[in-house]
Amino acid sequence: MHGLVNRSIQVFISDTYGVSTWQDVALHAGLDFTEFEGMLRYKQAYTPQILDAAAAVLNRPRAEIMEDFGTFLVSHPGFEAVRRLLRFGGEDFVDFLQSLDDLDDRVRLAVSDLHLPKLRLRSHAEGQFSLICDAQIAGFGHVMMGVLRTMADDYGALALLDHSGTADGAEIVSIALVENDFAEGRSFELGARVG
Amino acid sequence: MMSQTDTGALDVLCPMHLILGRTGHIQHAGPTLRKMYADRSLVGQRFLDVFEVRHPSAMASMSDLHDVVQTKLRLKMRAAPHTSLKGIMVPLSGPGAADQVIVNLSFGISILDGVRDFALTNADFAATDLAIEMLYLVEAKTAAMEASYRLNTRLQGAKIAAEEQAYTDTLTGLKNRRALDTVLTRLLERRDSFAVMQIDLDYFKTVNDTLGHAAGDHVLQNVARIMVDETRGSDLVARVGGDEFTVVLPEVANEDILRRVGRRIIDRLEEPMPFQGSDCKISASIGTVWIQPGQNPRMEDLLDDADVALYASKHAGRATQTLYHPELREAANASDAPKRKRDETSA
Repeated sequence: MHGLVNRSIQVFISDTYGVSTWQDVALHAGLDFTEFEGMLRYKQAYTPQILDAAAAVLNRPRAEIMEDFGTFLVSHPGFEAVRRLLRFGGEDFVDFLQSLDDLDDRVRLAVSDLHLPKLRLRSHAEGQFSLICDAQIAGFGHVMMGVLRTMADDYGALALLDHSGTADGAEIVSIALVENDFAEGRSFELGARVG
Repeated sequence: MMSQTDTGALDVLCPMHLILGRTGHIQHAGPTLRKMYADRSLVGQRFLDVFEVRHPSAMASMSDLHDVVQTKLRLKMRAAPHTSLKGIMVPLSGPGAADQVIVNLSFGISILDGVRDFALTNADFAATDLAIEMLYLVEAKTAAMEASYRLNTRLQGAKIAAEEQAYTDTLTGLKNRRALDTVLTRLLERRDSFAVMQIDLDYFKTVNDTLGHAAGDHVLQNVARIMVDETRGSDLVARVGGDEFTVVLPEVANEDILRRVGRRIIDRLEEPMPFQGSDCKISASIGTVWIQPGQNPRMEDLLDDADVALYASKHAGRATQTLYHPELREAANASDAPKRKRDETSA
């Protein structure tokens, strides 16, 4: 998996649980190093290894950790770029949901060798969606739960999320939009300078 | 006149368009342009008073403008922040068009500044406009480059740190002064018997000056190979300065061995070294100190003794080895020998 993914997980665990916990996780995962570099490529196996190790070291279900990671990615000030890049996807939460179909392509425009799992949004009855997540890494749906929950807040939308399990190798997140324009939301200026 | 429906459609499709009348006055402005000119109305103003057309040519009147329909225009806002714009103009046709023209404008490459200066949002661009994707890309590329720069900076730091800790002279592959100091310290601590040869190349400067630095580097690499060939695997060969070398030889049985090794090194260094059609000719002077078992000199004194012996070799006409004995020092003091300075060059 791309270093950016592993590095983000490292920063998430170090930031949330402390650097020594991260070092325990790295050790438990059988890594012979503790620092991932964002702009290097790593063996595919590392990502599930560190996630499993984190679940063991923290004594928490892996799904929960992955959801927290999703939340961290789009809410931590150090990852403001991620939130902003996602906000480019749409004007409101529904528009944003629809943009998720292109997310992997968008990401590859920026970093050509960063392959994210494919996402597909299905629209059902009014305000009902399901997000189908091709899960190269088990639990990716949970990461998306954390991302969507935070982005709904960011847009000022009120949505209920539910991980509806796995079908045909894909994880499904059900989204019930209660109100698209529920609260003020966080501001997003197209031209803001970041970093 | 254009109908209300038509301008409504144009507002959606081209939010940065203007409709000009026969006289060149603005009759209608799209919503994004209206936002950019929030504090003053565009309608009723003369187009050329609001915008300066710079290419294809400067324009003063509406009749000039009619010559450039369907040609790409490069314009500039006359008011601050003087944003550069691209545009194209087409005449309206049909009943009631009355010599009207539509000018559609766009930011072009000034999009980044434009978005900041006028606080534009997604809604200010047509749904089909690639401006948002362009902004996304700029930001994503910046973030990715930032990550790359951070990695490069860290790698650069690691490289410098590794070089500082290195024991190897990069040009010759020999050990460097740091390695020499480490080995000598260890030998002195253990009070072992060993010998130190201080070797200075003769005529090396001439090679460098006449044949260039590439020849000089070639010679130094040859010298290194010869010294390694003529010593044992357990001996340490270090380059401690530009053309200065030190060999440390543990467990030397007698002075004869030192004389033979020194002689062999000088003989082989004196063989001409071909380099790009020229022969590089050098020699070497050697000063050697043999530390007997039980002697316990300080490293500083040991190296100083070696320098004294080396100076004696130089004094004796070069291309020779001198073994240190205390009388040398008295002779050197008497002749007021220039004291060689160590530690100024590092390998």
